[in-house]
Amino acid sequence: MSTIVSLPDQSTATLPKKNYINAEHGLLSWLLTADHKRIALLYMFSITFFFFIGGFFAGMVRLELLTPAGDLMAADTYNKMFTMHGIVMIFLFLVPSVPATLGNFFLPIMIGAKDLAFPKINLLSWYLYMAAGIFVITTLVLGGVDTGWTFTTPLSTHYLNTHVATTATGIFIAGFSSIFTGLNFIVTVHRMRAPGMTWFRLPLFVWSNYAASVLMVLGTPVLAIAIVLVALERTIGIGVFDPTKGGDPLLFQHLFWFYSHPAVYIMILPGFGVISEVVSTFTRKRVFGYTAVAFSSVAIAVFGFFVWAHHMFIMGVSNYSALVFSLLTMLVAVPSAIKIFNWAFTMQKGSITFETPMLYVFGFIGLFTIGGLTGVFLGSLGMDVMLTETYFVVAHFHFVMVGGMLMAFLAGIHFWWPKMTGRMYPEGVSKFAAVVTFIGFILTFFPQFVVGYLGMPRRYAAYPPEYQVLNVLSTAGATVLGVGYMLPLFYLAWSLKYGAIAGSNPWQATGLEWQIQSPPLTENFTETPIVTQEAYDYEWLAKKQERELQHVG
Amino acid sequence: MSIASTITHPPEPEIHPSHDVHEHPFYQKHHFETAEQQREAASFGMWLFLLTEIMFFGGLFFAYLLYRNWYYEAFVSASNSLNMPLGLINTIVLISSSFTMAMGVWSAEIRNKKYLQISLIATIVLGFVFLGIKTVEYHDKFVEHHVPGASFDIKDFVNPPKDSLEKPLTVDMANKTQIYFSLYFAMTGVHALHMIIGIAILFVLLWKARTGLYTTGYVQPIENFGLYWHFVDIVWIFLFPFLYLINRH
Repeated sequence: MSTIVSLPDQSTATLPKKNYINAEHGLLSWLLTADHKRIALLYMFSITFFFFIGGFFAGMVRLELLTPAGDLMAADTYNKMFTMHGIVMIFLFLVPSVPATLGNFFLPIMIGAKDLAFPKINLLSWYLYMAAGIFVITTLVLGGVDTGWTFTTPLSTHYLNTHVATTATGIFIAGFSSIFTGLNFIVTVHRMRAPGMTWFRLPLFVWSNYAASVLMVLGTPVLAIAIVLVALERTIGIGVFDPTKGGDPLLFQHLFWFYSHPAVYIMILPGFGVISEVVSTFTRKRVFGYTAVAFSSVAIAVFGFFVWAHHMFIMGVSNYSALVFSLLTMLVAVPSAIKIFNWAFTMQKGSITFETPMLYVFGFIGLFTIGGLTGVFLGSLGMDVMLTETYFVVAHFHFVMVGGMLMAFLAGIHFWWPKMTGRMYPEGVSKFAAVVTFIGFILTFFPQFVVGYLGMPRRYAAYPPEYQVLNVLSTAGATVLGVGYMLPLFYLAWSLKYGAIAGSNPWQATGLEWQIQSPPLTENFTETPIVTQEAYDYEWLAKKQERELQHVG
Repeated sequence: MSIASTITHPPEPEIHPSHDVHEHPFYQKHHFETAEQQREAASFGMWLFLLTEIMFFGGLFFAYLLYRNWYYEAFVSASNSLNMPLGLINTIVLISSSFTMAMGVWSAEIRNKKYLQISLIATIVLGFVFLGIKTVEYHDKFVEHHVPGASFDIKDFVNPPKDSLEKPLTVDMANKTQIYFSLYFAMTGVHALHMIIGIAILFVLLWKARTGLYTTGYVQPIENFGLYWHFVDIVWIFLFPFLYLINRH
């Protein structure tokens, strides 16, 4: 297996004396920082923390489902478990994961800016995120919430005596956090690009984060108002969604899904960006159809706003609107497929090397494609009526979100780890972790497709005994998956002290972020760069290296 | 192709004339190249924020249009129970405050500290007048039992007072007035919350304006706050006819 890693001579190599990590010292210098890179690290720690909290609840859910009887915990405890799993994973992990960590860190560097346009608002958005997290944790301490993450009315407003209002407040605040991140990204991309960094020289990671930011800015406020109305309905008794007062619970669903369907693109689009970066680096080729990939992000963002009602096919929308939304939903498959095909074409005849990020990318492409194709099943009106609210849906969105987004996140973390910390992660164990994650994932969620197709409904603590074999497989898979997620925690921490010094460009990649030292300086660039070349110009890089070799010879 | 690519690809990024060469205004942040860039970014960010606000209120307006379509009679009756003259006065108060805020922005641009302070104080006063009148209106609704919830009373709509021109509603339709009042309180409440936040920021701006900060050419915070304040006014410009004037010709 060939490799492209070029590390500095390890006997003499040291980290740069001056960088953003050691620029200032003390806890306060981190908590009050305006440096986008430090804020990205703050996000990374807190997001990882919440990821494992959410993972704990997932584990509890899977443990309960080991046996057909609801014997491990009471049914309402089980409801709280999957609700907390959903809320924590979606609002505190998936939505902020790539944009708030990798996006925060690399978006300004990739466009040649010294920082995001509004550094203080960036810090504020981290504090809002933490406040949201505290609300969610508080809910847990108070006794949890069991509405499911969708807060469906009138269940949430009338029938459950749990802490809906507290959780709603937390999610409202988390919404502000993501609005501010999105706003910051959009303004930064529009106004802070270095000279020569035209729109069509932007790395695809920037394009996809930009598209996701548009969704955040336009979608999140609608969720915010829906959730405010739910909270007001619970606390002071207004009746916008209350059927006894003439309100329409379906209106809540329209408002909720108007955000929450685009939200899945908020979650996945930045992941697409990571994949584009990694694919081009480890195939040594420019991304095939750069413009198509860039515009497909925008197209996904636009289509994303017109498909929300496919969540309501069985809830009383008219046949005609169901038909239209079914059609629109399938249209989203087109730009997604454009991306997948373009990555495949990029790989064709490329010099592929199998570093860890690339392994995660292969995992991503396989799993996301399955997730996307099963999405077409669910978008089809007739199939959806049969499959909705079964484990088929659960498997579908886990394939997209966990198999897609989380794989992309891990690919990105490994890909940029040398830039963020100045040190390499250990290659062997990380490849092992990637494989374990992939196997664990398939074992966890593939049986759920089958069991869902057979008719097992979601959100029940007990199920008929004939589904047990598949559920046992799934729980076993979850255990393997858990190990796959724990491993990076250990070896990445290890690498902080013992990892090989990475140097500025260990992957020999073309992006601006690889032209500066690792870890970067606080202001990223000593001089504002002037960009004269398109992103991913590996042909040029290869020629340059050839010339240098001849020169040396 | 090969010639073009060698020309367009210099081996190292060129050295850009350092921004340390020319003078910075004191308010320019380190990560911006020019004060103009900073101003554009701030203004663009503010417009984007207002876009999110439009989407936020948009959810409420969507709910309003839906229910108004369904329960038109209930909406007309409930709307007529509001105090239209007070609403009109409030509209005028708010438009005046928009004017004083615009004067504030202009004063900051011509660097007149005294005018700026007067304009900001006038805006604050008008904001409080608006909230005061709003409080009176809310109080009336409490007295009339027109606040959604357990104590909500529909008798005014089923049996309108003799001297009024209101058509009596059926009990079923009269119940739907709760939706109207739910939306009334949600919409005006969220609007009032925006006013309260605005007034709080106005106090901060006034306090800083005292030091002459905004009359040195650094007008961006005043400008951006002006945009916010006008936006809040515009929301009211929609709320007033939607809530108060449904059936007046």
